[in-house]
Amino acid sequence: VEWSGECLRSCRREVQIKVEEKEDETEESSSEEEEEVEDKLPRRESLRPKRKRTRDVINEDDPEPEPEDEETRKAREKERRRRLKRGAEAKKFVSENEGALGKGKGKRWFAFKMMMAKKWAKFLRDFENFKAACVPWENKIKAIESQFGSSVASYFLFLRWMYGVNMVLFILTFSLIMLPEYLWGLPYGSLPRKTVPRAEEASAANFGVLYDFNGLAQYSVLFYGYYDNKRTIGWMNFRLPLSYFLVGIMCIGYSFLVVLKAMTKNIGDDGGGDDNTFNFSWKVFTSWDYLIGNPETADNKFNSITMNFKEAITEEKAAQVEENVHLIRFLRFLANFFVFLTLGGSGYLIFWAVKRSQEFAQQDPDTLGWWEKNEMNMVMSLLGMFCPTLFDLFAELEDYHPLIALKWLLGRIFALLLGNLYVFILALMDEINNKIEEEKLVKANITLWEANMIKAYNASFSENSTGPPFFVHPADVPRGPCWETMVGQEFVRLTVSDVLTTYVTILIGDFLRACFVRFCNYCWCWDLEYGYPSYTEFDISGNVLALIFNQGMIWMGSFFAPSLPGINILRLHTSMYFQCWAVMCCNVPEARVFKASRSNNFYLGMLLLILFLSTMPVLYMIVSLPPSFDCGPFSGKNRMFEVIGETLEHDFPSWMAKILRQLSNPGLVIAVILVMVLAIYYLNATAKGQKAANLDLKKKMKMLQLLVASNKYPESPEKVHFALLFKSNAICERPENKH
Amino acid sequence: GQQANSLHTRAAGSVSGLHIFHKEGDHEDLAPQLVPLDYTTCPDVKVPYELIGSMPELKDNPFRQRIAQVFSEDGDGHMTLDNFLDMFSVMSEMAPRDLKAYYAFKIYDFNNDDYICAWDLEQTVTKLTRGELSAEEVSLVCEKVLDEADGDHDGRLSLEDFQNMILRAPDFLSTFHIRI
Repeated sequence: VEWSGECLRSCRREVQIKVEEKEDETEESSSEEEEEVEDKLPRRESLRPKRKRTRDVINEDDPEPEPEDEETRKAREKERRRRLKRGAEAKKFVSENEGALGKGKGKRWFAFKMMMAKKWAKFLRDFENFKAACVPWENKIKAIESQFGSSVASYFLFLRWMYGVNMVLFILTFSLIMLPEYLWGLPYGSLPRKTVPRAEEASAANFGVLYDFNGLAQYSVLFYGYYDNKRTIGWMNFRLPLSYFLVGIMCIGYSFLVVLKAMTKNIGDDGGGDDNTFNFSWKVFTSWDYLIGNPETADNKFNSITMNFKEAITEEKAAQVEENVHLIRFLRFLANFFVFLTLGGSGYLIFWAVKRSQEFAQQDPDTLGWWEKNEMNMVMSLLGMFCPTLFDLFAELEDYHPLIALKWLLGRIFALLLGNLYVFILALMDEINNKIEEEKLVKANITLWEANMIKAYNASFSENSTGPPFFVHPADVPRGPCWETMVGQEFVRLTVSDVLTTYVTILIGDFLRACFVRFCNYCWCWDLEYGYPSYTEFDISGNVLALIFNQGMIWMGSFFAPSLPGINILRLHTSMYFQCWAVMCCNVPEARVFKASRSNNFYLGMLLLILFLSTMPVLYMIVSLPPSFDCGPFSGKNRMFEVIGETLEHDFPSWMAKILRQLSNPGLVIAVILVMVLAIYYLNATAKGQKAANLDLKKKMKMLQLLVASNKYPESPEKVHFALLFKSNAICERPENKH
Repeated sequence: GQQANSLHTRAAGSVSGLHIFHKEGDHEDLAPQLVPLDYTTCPDVKVPYELIGSMPELKDNPFRQRIAQVFSEDGDGHMTLDNFLDMFSVMSEMAPRDLKAYYAFKIYDFNNDDYICAWDLEQTVTKLTRGELSAEEVSLVCEKVLDEADGDHDGRLSLEDFQNMILRAPDFLSTFHIRI
């Protein structure tokens, strides 16, 4: 402040001088004017001291004034203008910083501004601290990273990211669908769709029934069927059907956005595909993982680096031995054939299990054992557990480089899980169609039933003309099969059984095995820890794929079961703690440490694919299947999306509805689609062009480096060669590169 | 020098306040009797290398001595609070790539001559493999590295060569990283 005060003081002095100069000039100009005026008016005694303008007084002693040519006059004008400008700037500076100078009326305002700026900076820093502290599980992940390296920790980072996405989905569905219905919707028991049917009432609260998400759980805000189709509810006139539809669409849109954002963030890290140019350099400079903080892991890392180097050296040294290409090709073909067989077999098994579960659904539930009830989910989970080991076995035939083998394995597991999912959906569609057929029958039956009831009722009151109004308890009304709730239930059951299977697998496969190896080692013939079975390694790819597919199921099911994101949040939360514990307690770091870097985008790519494939069935169901007539927020409509049209008609002014109707004109839609296709083509071409330009620049940089290098050795023949090459290149002709 | 300074200020800005706060706590924990709680009078306190080298984040790292030397003021491994913060801010997740590449170059330059020569490479490879490779294998590896990365063919890697090579590596950011 003192220093700035000095500066300002000297500034002010300058300003004073300039201001005086400026005043001089104004005075001069004004006196010029006055003199002209003087000729016309009688002279007045002016109190201002008369100053001679030395410029105009011509004295004989003075040297002849040089003839004023254009240049000097212009220079003088310029000088004068510059001085004027400087004076104005200085005045402005002083007036603005009066407060900083500690004088004048701006002082308090300036001090206040400074204090607010400091407080704001402190607030921003505290907020950043708070945001960093809010990120959960940081210490856990750090512990895992230091013991297992960055690739295992990448699974947990992925889990945490998914947790964040699911949290947003949960907040959307909870606050905009479940909460309004719970607060302002009609309570349980007031409508047929909200009441457990009379036949099931007795067992509605049993644990077995609730675990299956039947009974009371089915007739609650957890599922689609509970919601009423009234256009507005509550004192706020909350439009529930519209909100249900829009939230469903928004969840899908948000998921797409967030996955694409994560993918584009990772693209920049790729750095262009120079895979083999810097093989050894990268091995030397980027193989040590600085995150490692555990001596055992460090040991493993040292060993794997040594192994890596030795392999690379042998590859470098060994000449290309002519292997028996035909044998290898045959073996690979055989392996792929087996894999196809496995995939086909698993698909058929699931289809068969779904068909059987439909048969079981028609039987009396009490005659079925636990296995029959959960058969389909068990079959899917077991297939997901055992087929990857089969694939691993088949991969032994193929004899690929381990990294390539890993990619093949991931691809096959992905195909397996995808196939399973789609067979499941096909079976589900089958069942939905059955239910829609059934619905038509039930509708016909209900009208008959109602007519009978009214007749019977009127008959019983034929003597008494005044009787209580016709009333049927909601539990007694015959119900249509609500296919949407059925779909929601299937997905919820699948998720729950998946969770249980995973946890049981971890407990048995990892924990019990570790206990066995640890404690029975003392009394066993061979060393259990180094030989078979030893401790399990953490299977990163298997776990990531399981996570991705579970998320796909959530995306598919959350339109029909708004509670699904909430259930998933619980699941991810417990998974985090459980798996962190299991990893630290029962697993050992991988002996062969693979780089997880490129795989991050690979996993996100799979997630995007699953997202796309999961939303397709949902959108198909929304657009082409008629909603049930007696359950859910869209009951009574022809198609679910008609709720938008209804809202436009009732809630928006008529001119808006007209405009939107014009916008959905097919001609306009086709034009928009054409424009989008053209835009995609143009952007693609631009990207390709830029990539090519990039490669070109890289090549030129290399040549330039070589040229500079060859300049050091003037006798080198390469110099002339490179110089010629360079000259022939267009880069030299550009004016900025001439030097 | 100037470039390093500007990169430095960029890095300092990119480390969140919490990290610095946390790390100050760590610095005190390393040597509570040495490091005063109050830094407003800017005391001249240095934590000796032995304590830095035994930090959990660094004790298994084969390059911990080089890291401490690079970030310490006099190159002897003893660090003040500023050096300590610099080290963790460069090694954090949010430091920019070229800053990390610059410091990685300095770490792997064992003889501090602003070039990674063959001797530096041999030291690096030996530390990485804990002496398990034979001398012939080590020299083969060093030859290959110079072959691949030496752009100006002077038998050693300058900063430009190193940066050109390391900035394309897909794992560089994920491995050259210490989580606080």
